[in-house]
Amino acid sequence: MQRREFLNFGTLLAGGALLTSRVAFARADERRARLVLIIMRGALDGLAAVPPHGDRDYAALRGEFALRAPGEAGGALPLDGFFGLHPSLAFLQQCYAARELTVLHALASPYRERSHFDGQDVLENGSPRAHALATGWLNRALAQAPGPSSREAGVALGQNVPLVMRGPAEVTSWSASKLGALDEDTLARITDLYAADPLLSVRLADALAANAIASADGAGSLAALAPDTAVRDTSAAGVSQPARPLKANGARYAQVVRAAAGFLRQEAGPRVAMFDTTGWDTHANEGAAQGQLAGRLSALDSGLATLKQELGPVWSDTAVLLVTEFGRTAAINGTRGTDHGTATVALLVGGAVAGGRVIADWPGLSARALYQGRDLQPTLDLRSVLKGVLQEHLLVPPRELEHTVFPDSRTARPLTGLVRT
Amino acid sequence: MREGFSAIAANRFGLGARPGELAAIADDGRDWLEAQLRAGPPVLSDPQLRSSQETLAQAQKLRQEIRAQRKSAEGATAPGKAGADDAAAAAQALPQFLRPIYLSEVTARLRAAVATERPFIERLTQFWGNHFAVSVDKQLLSGLAGSFEREAIRPHVLGNFSDLLLAVETHAAMLLYLDNHLSVGPHSQAALRLERRAHPRRLGINENLAREILELHTLGVGGGYTQADVTAFAEVITGWSIGGEGGGPFVGGEPGKFLFRPELHEPGAKRVLGTAYADGGYGQGVAVLRDLAGHPSTARFIALKLARHFIADDPPPQAVGRLARAFTGSGGDLPTVYRALIDSREAWVQPLAKYKTPSDYIISGFRGLTLPVEAGQPALTPFGVLGQRVWEPGSPAGWPDRSADWDGASALMKRIEWADALGQRLGNRRDAVQLAPQLLGANLSAATRSAVAHAASAAQAVTLLLAAPEFMRR
Repeated sequence: MQRREFLNFGTLLAGGALLTSRVAFARADERRARLVLIIMRGALDGLAAVPPHGDRDYAALRGEFALRAPGEAGGALPLDGFFGLHPSLAFLQQCYAARELTVLHALASPYRERSHFDGQDVLENGSPRAHALATGWLNRALAQAPGPSSREAGVALGQNVPLVMRGPAEVTSWSASKLGALDEDTLARITDLYAADPLLSVRLADALAANAIASADGAGSLAALAPDTAVRDTSAAGVSQPARPLKANGARYAQVVRAAAGFLRQEAGPRVAMFDTTGWDTHANEGAAQGQLAGRLSALDSGLATLKQELGPVWSDTAVLLVTEFGRTAAINGTRGTDHGTATVALLVGGAVAGGRVIADWPGLSARALYQGRDLQPTLDLRSVLKGVLQEHLLVPPRELEHTVFPDSRTARPLTGLVRT
Repeated sequence: MREGFSAIAANRFGLGARPGELAAIADDGRDWLEAQLRAGPPVLSDPQLRSSQETLAQAQKLRQEIRAQRKSAEGATAPGKAGADDAAAAAQALPQFLRPIYLSEVTARLRAAVATERPFIERLTQFWGNHFAVSVDKQLLSGLAGSFEREAIRPHVLGNFSDLLLAVETHAAMLLYLDNHLSVGPHSQAALRLERRAHPRRLGINENLAREILELHTLGVGGGYTQADVTAFAEVITGWSIGGEGGGPFVGGEPGKFLFRPELHEPGAKRVLGTAYADGGYGQGVAVLRDLAGHPSTARFIALKLARHFIADDPPPQAVGRLARAFTGSGGDLPTVYRALIDSREAWVQPLAKYKTPSDYIISGFRGLTLPVEAGQPALTPFGVLGQRVWEPGSPAGWPDRSADWDGASALMKRIEWADALGQRLGNRRDAVQLAPQLLGANLSAATRSAVAHAASAAQAVTLLLAAPEFMRR
C-alpha cells in the first residue's frame, strides 16, 4: 500500500476541544467563516479529475484515456508527484500552489451501491442509509453553529432547496428573476392570504428576505444579474436559465457563482451558499485531456476562478467544498466512458483552507486492490472530511456533529486541520 | 363530501378545472374519471410533427456533414478563416435543426393538455413520460423527446405495462439517452473481429440502460437486484441498437430505427435475478423484460409511484398494497390499476394533499384562465421561468414528485410573479370573482374568496386567484 499523507485524525480530549472551540469562536466571529458547498451530481470520475499517474496500474486500466504525467504532451498538472490534476483545472492548480487547495482521494460516503439517486440521498441526508432522514446535514449543522446569523443561515442558488440544505435552520433559495417585481400592494395582499398557511407564509418570508439581501448588494453582482443577464431564454444558442440543471457551461457557472458571492460578501447575509452542478455521468465518450469531461471540468474551474474574484477579500474566509455521490469504474467501459463506481475525490479550496496537500490513504489500482474487482477502494469516509470542516470552520460542536448532524457515524472520526484556524 | 369530489377529480386527477368543468362533473367525480378510461389511447396527431425515425435519420445525415466540414477545415494546409467559419456554421446546424422540432412538440403537448376533455388520461401520459424519462439536455434528445412520448408512451397508457415497457426500451430515444446503442458484448463477433486486427480496439458493454431499467423503470432501487444482475442484463441487451448510427461495427440498417445487431450481441445463456435465459438473440432481452414487468417488486414500485402522484407524498401503505395487487392480479393491465386508484378512498379525503409541480401550476393556469397557447418559444417560456423545462429533468429518474422538491422560496416567488404577469396581461378580460368557485369548487377558502372579491383591480384579482394557497395545490 502506498501511503500518501498521514491522515490527521484529531485526538480530541473533551476539555481540549472545548477550549479550542472557545478560542476559535472569537476568531471566527471576527472573520465570519463562509462555506460554499457544490454538489457534483452524476458521479464525478475521480481518477480523471485527479489522476494517480504515479500508480503503476493506472495507465493500463485507463488505456488510451490515461492522463500522462506532468510535463508530457496533454499531461496532468503537477500536484505531489504521484497525483496530478486534470489539465483542465488550471485555476485549481494555482490554488494548490498557493496552498489553498486540498485534494481528498479514495474517499466515499457510506453508500456502497451504485444508484445515483440513493447515492445522492445518502450524500445529502448525512446518515448511512438512503431516505433515512428528510433533512440534510448542512442544515442540521447550521442549526447548531454558534454565532450571530442573519434570518437566513444559508442560501441555495436555484429555485428550490436541495435535501442537504433542508431542515430546522432558516434557509432560503434565490435565483434571478426574469419577471417584473410585484407592487407593494399585491405583495401585501398575498402575504395576508398566506397568513394561515404554515408552508407558504414561511416560504414567502424567506423569499422576501433573500430579495432584500440581494437588493442590499446594490451595484454588486446580484443586482447585475437581475433581471436580463440571468435568464435570457436563447437556448438555441446554448445560453440557458437558472431553472435548468447546471450542466457545465461557462456562462451559467459565472452567473451562479456571482450570485453566491453576492450573498456571502454581505455582513448581514448568510454564511453558507450551495448549488448543484450536473453533467458528470460520463458513461460514453468521456474523453481524456480533451473531450466531454474536460469541457465540464474546465467550466467548473473557471467558475471557481470567478468565485474567488467575486468574493474579493472574503475569499480568505471561505472554504469551498466540492463533493459527488460516488466515483466511477476504474477501467474504461465498452463505450469509451466509465460506469458507476465507488470511491472518488472531494476537493476543498479557498483562502481559509490549509491546502497544498493531497490527502489519501492510497489503496492502489491492482486487480486485487479494486473494490469488488472494479472500483477504486474507499479508504476515507466523506463524513470525516465534512465533520472536520464543520467543526473547525463553522465551529459546530463535536457532540452535535456526532449525534445530530451525522447520526451513526462513530467510525468516521473528524479529519482535523483542513482549514486554517 | 360529494361536492368536494368534483374539485378533487378535476384538480388532482385532472389537470386543473376549466370553467364549467366542475359543473359538468356534477356530483360524481369517479364516473367522470372512469368514462375517460373507456375511449382509445390518447394519441396526439398533428401533421406538423415528425416521427423519431425521420428526425434521427436527418440528424445523422447532418452529423456526417458536420464531421466532413470539420475534417476539411482541419485538413487545409493554411487553415483559412473561411474553413473555420464553415465548421462553426456546421456545428450550429444540428441545434438549429433540432430546436424547432422541440418547440413544436412542446407546443402540441401544452395545447393537448390545455384543451383536452380527458385530462386524467393526459396526466397519466405525463406521469408515464416522466417515469420513463429522457432529458433534452442530451443534445439529440431535444429532437426526440416529444416523438418518443407520442410513439412509445401514448399508445400504451391505456394498455398493458409489459407492452409499454417493451415499447420504451426498444425506442431509439431511450437507447440513445442511456447509451445502449453502442454497448457491445465482449465476446460478440464484432468485438472478437476488432481484437484480432493489427490495431486492436476493445469493445464492451455499457451498463447504463440495464441499470436504469432495473432501478427506475421496473423493480425500483430496493427491488432485489445485484451488480451481477446489472452486468448480466447489460450483456443480454447488447445489440439493441439503432440503424445507420455510425461507423465501424455500427454501420447499416434503416437510419434512425431500432435495430437488433446480432454481431454485437453477447452470445450465450445468462442469468438475471436467478432465472437462466437461453440465448435467443433479441428474444433474450424481450424475455427478461417480460419477467421484469411481472415481478412483484415492479408491481410495488409502480403502485408506490402512482399513489405518491395521486394520493400523497407519503401515501398510506394499504393504498399502495391495493394498487400493487391490482397490478399483479391483472397481469399489468393499466386501466385496472387506474380503477383501483379511483376507488381508493384515500385519494378523496384530503383535497389539497399534493403541492403542484411548476408544470401542473402552469397547465392549470392555462386551463383555468382559458389562455390561448402561442406556438413555439412562448409555449416553453413559462416552464423555463418556473423551473421545470419540458422534457428536461436532467436525469433518467425524471422529475421528483414531492412537495419539498418544489416548494422553495424562490420557486414560490416565480409562481407569484408569473401570476402577476398574467393578471396584468389579461386586465379586465377575466373575471376572477366568477372564476374562483368554478376553478376551485369546494376547495375555495373564505379568505381567497374575500381577497379576490376585494382586489384593487381585475388584474390583481386574477393574480390573487392564481397565487392562492388552494391554487398552489391539487
